[in-house]
Amino acid sequence: MSSYQEATARQRIAGMCDAGSFTEFLPPHLRVVSPHLHQLDAPVSFDDGVVVGSGTVNGRRVFIAAQEGGFMGGAVGEVHGAKLVGMLQRAVDERVEAVLLLLETGGVRLHEANAGLIAVSEVMRAVLDTRAAGIPVIALVGGSNGCFGGMGIVARCTNGVVMSEESRLAMSGPEVIETAGGVEEFDARDRALVWRVTGGKHRFLTGDAQAVVADDIDAFRDAALQLADAARTEGTPLTLEALEAEQRMLTSRLQRFGELEDPLEIWEGLGVERPQDVPLLEIDAFRELAERHREGAKP
Amino acid sequence: MENLRFHFSGGQRRIDTARLVGVVGSGNLEVLIEQHALGGGCEIEISTAAHGFGPIWEAVMRDFHQRWQLADVRVSINDMGATPAVVSLRLDQAVESVTGEPA
Amino acid sequence: MNWQDVAKALFPQGHRITEQDNFLSGEAQVGGQTVTVIGTTDHTPIGVDIALAQATVILNTVREHPGRAIVILVDTQGQRLKRRDEMLGINSYMAHLGKCVELARRSGHRIVGLVYDQALSGGFITSGLIADACYALPDATIRVMGLPAMARITKVPLERLEELAQDNPVFAPGAENYLRMGGVAAIWRENLAACMEQALAQAEPVDRRAELGLERGGRKLARPVAVAVRTGTALQRDA
Repeated sequence: MSSYQEATARQRIAGMCDAGSFTEFLPPHLRVVSPHLHQLDAPVSFDDGVVVGSGTVNGRRVFIAAQEGGFMGGAVGEVHGAKLVGMLQRAVDERVEAVLLLLETGGVRLHEANAGLIAVSEVMRAVLDTRAAGIPVIALVGGSNGCFGGMGIVARCTNGVVMSEESRLAMSGPEVIETAGGVEEFDARDRALVWRVTGGKHRFLTGDAQAVVADDIDAFRDAALQLADAARTEGTPLTLEALEAEQRMLTSRLQRFGELEDPLEIWEGLGVERPQDVPLLEIDAFRELAERHREGAKP
Repeated sequence: MENLRFHFSGGQRRIDTARLVGVVGSGNLEVLIEQHALGGGCEIEISTAAHGFGPIWEAVMRDFHQRWQLADVRVSINDMGATPAVVSLRLDQAVESVTGEPA
Repeated sequence: MNWQDVAKALFPQGHRITEQDNFLSGEAQVGGQTVTVIGTTDHTPIGVDIALAQATVILNTVREHPGRAIVILVDTQGQRLKRRDEMLGINSYMAHLGKCVELARRSGHRIVGLVYDQALSGGFITSGLIADACYALPDATIRVMGLPAMARITKVPLERLEELAQDNPVFAPGAENYLRMGGVAAIWRENLAACMEQALAQAEPVDRRAELGLERGGRKLARPVAVAVRTGTALQRDA
């Protein structure tokens, strides 16, 4: 067992890929750093916080990107976003078997403001272009920073999301909501609440994550490949049919649960008999329970 | 950011690849090590968020050169307030990542 | 700016746009063709409800009106900041909207966005920024976040951010900066109807914003870095 959460971006890639198979695009010795951070007297990173490249995973030729949560919270700046875009476009040119996006990010890098916002939007378009070309794009969300902001939207534009229960997927962070609406709106220090609202188990139950795994690199790898295979079989591009199904799921979710206060009530509404036990369950027991009750629609 | 540069000579150990270790987070640093024609010298450039620690950096780098005696190597550091112990550790990790041997 | 005034200027041939809870939807005439219009007004935050409502209109258009162009009118203060919306998965509702727009694009619908007042962050990503091209009125405010919140989160002093926001394209909130960075295709100063007609005629499904950002000098690395990664060639920096 090798913790996904504790690993750095480079360690995650090394752990995912077959030994010696990873080749980095625009490697750090080329020093392609952020052109904007210096004016805020902020340090740069030689890979601008994201590692992109090609490798084999269980023999399959994939492109893989891993955001480094330790640098600027994994947030997306101009160079960072462009590396992701270039990789997604190259994946189409080279017809790889899948693109794995190891996302750990707060979203737009505020230090690069406007450039970061446009970058996230370009990544979103690129993900959808890659899907349209028949290449599965899978998001892995397992880092301690979670996947937030505009990248939380991008994650749900992929063919599937793998999460661990330790990780979080959302748009605005709890602190931002508490600042805007007060502690009654969202107590950001109530960790149990934060994980009920944004954590992997909740997202799996509601249908926003298609796989939930233990905090283990092997488990993430296996689940990601499974989702990629499923996407290849079903077809990776967006279809009217799939989006109508998703719309039905989201409409139903809003109708059934839109007035509820706490995710416990949602889980109860999904038919979970003892929702208060959900956070305590081991991952395998949880998955077994969840499969009986969860929502699921093709992304 | 404060920028520092050190140059050492007299080393013999060469490397044949480039590698990056570490992360530029609070209390941490990244070290990029690569082969670079320097007439046998070893150059270390540092960009650090912590100001006014020049003498300490110099001491750490001297120790580093004494330990590894690198030649035709450039080391580049982006630092966000790491302690000297962490800096030394990361430097050693960087060398080990390209030579495959501990000091 | 008042949405009715904007609609009147954009669609002199007529429109049947209605507003409900700050959500705009309906149809309009442009160059003799009917277009679908969705949007928001009164700087409303975009939560799960509006995102879903907009997506519903987009899918209806794809299903029932093949080839019909879509116009997105943007005036929002950004994503809704409520526990309820996060619990329900606002990122999924927004992604759903974005995917519906993308489906429309792939199905041959042209999509044009116009920021006629405010556009912030998450509210902008799956509205104006997912269109084929996004345009803006001269006084539009486009930004990622208010400066005080940004100062708090980045730990950069507010005074420094305010200083940068004066003239630095990366931080300044005006439409001009997004124009320079390639995020906005053009600013419409007059003849809105003609601008709209031309925008729809010129709309194409390829994302050209990085090229525009390089051409205009506002983002000098986005395009070269993407090309270097894509082709495995050396980075060509602007001299």
